[in-house]
Amino acid sequence: MHHHHLILRVVTKLLAGTIILYALYVQFHGDFSPGGGFQAGVIMAVAFILYGIVFGLVAVQRVFPPWLVHKIVALGVLIYAGTGIYAMMLGYEFLDYGAFDPGHPSHGQHNGILAVELGVGVTVTGVMVAIYYAFAGRAPRISDEDW
Amino acid sequence: MTETIINFILFAMLISTAFAIVRMTSLFAVIMLASVFSLLTALLFVTLDAVDVAFTEAAVGAGISTVLMLGTMALTARHAKPQTQSNAIPFLVVCVTGAALIYGTLDMPNFGDPNAPAQVHVAPEYLERSIEEIDVPNVVTAILASYRGYDTLGETAVVFAAGIGVLLLLSSLARRRRDDEEEGDI
Repeated sequence: MHHHHLILRVVTKLLAGTIILYALYVQFHGDFSPGGGFQAGVIMAVAFILYGIVFGLVAVQRVFPPWLVHKIVALGVLIYAGTGIYAMMLGYEFLDYGAFDPGHPSHGQHNGILAVELGVGVTVTGVMVAIYYAFAGRAPRISDEDW
Repeated sequence: MTETIINFILFAMLISTAFAIVRMTSLFAVIMLASVFSLLTALLFVTLDAVDVAFTEAAVGAGISTVLMLGTMALTARHAKPQTQSNAIPFLVVCVTGAALIYGTLDMPNFGDPNAPAQVHVAPEYLERSIEEIDVPNVVTAILASYRGYDTLGETAVVFAAGIGVLLLLSSLARRRRDDEEEGDI
């Protein structure tokens, strides 16, 4: 094991959890403040990419294995499209969120928006981490002098 | 007045960053400056009150793309090759394109013009009805996820397709090469 970059390693450990928490905040507070699924997905991916850069690809792939990443890339689109199809099954139009609470359409809208934003966030997280894995998996390990 | 000064400072920094990117040959410095460029663009979006766009620009442009560009650089060289051809033709193309773009802006409505096409089409309807129909304080989210739900589904599918494309190009190649090597061992 390599024991250099002590400060980077400690700071990364502190930051990774905070970044994930912030991503969840951006994800589920998108109705009230700037942000939404897309930004949250990117921030969530950054937490894993940062961990991967500092601790190495093997360490981050133990936490977030490539097969899981590939699954969630598709899962997000399924959540989004599934929300629309669920509305159709309730007798409404595709992606008409009023279906989820017929007595109170704006509540239905809230639930629908949360669901589709979650879909966007999941896909974006997956794609960003997958692309990072694809690039980092091909590169030889870089020594500090190369930069 | 303050906003004008801030805009001038930001644009001056943007232009000097762009010149620095053009002049440099160290790719690491170029990637870092491209990140700075994105961050300055994000600040410009903030001064335009487009915080959602600024957020995206900061996260994607300054964050993820920088990491991916660094990953790409790790696969190639650290320095740009010294230029041998003359700059005259590229410079001419850039000047003509720039002039055409500036000529195009002459027809555009002024900044903040209430009669601009973007302000009189569906935007007033969304702004008027969203509180009642969707009751979400951030109207950008309401438009993106609800009124324009089809478009956002399409965008998610595009991100999905892009991810699959990169995976097909990069991961499968690596696996095939590994298979070839294993076959060679036998």
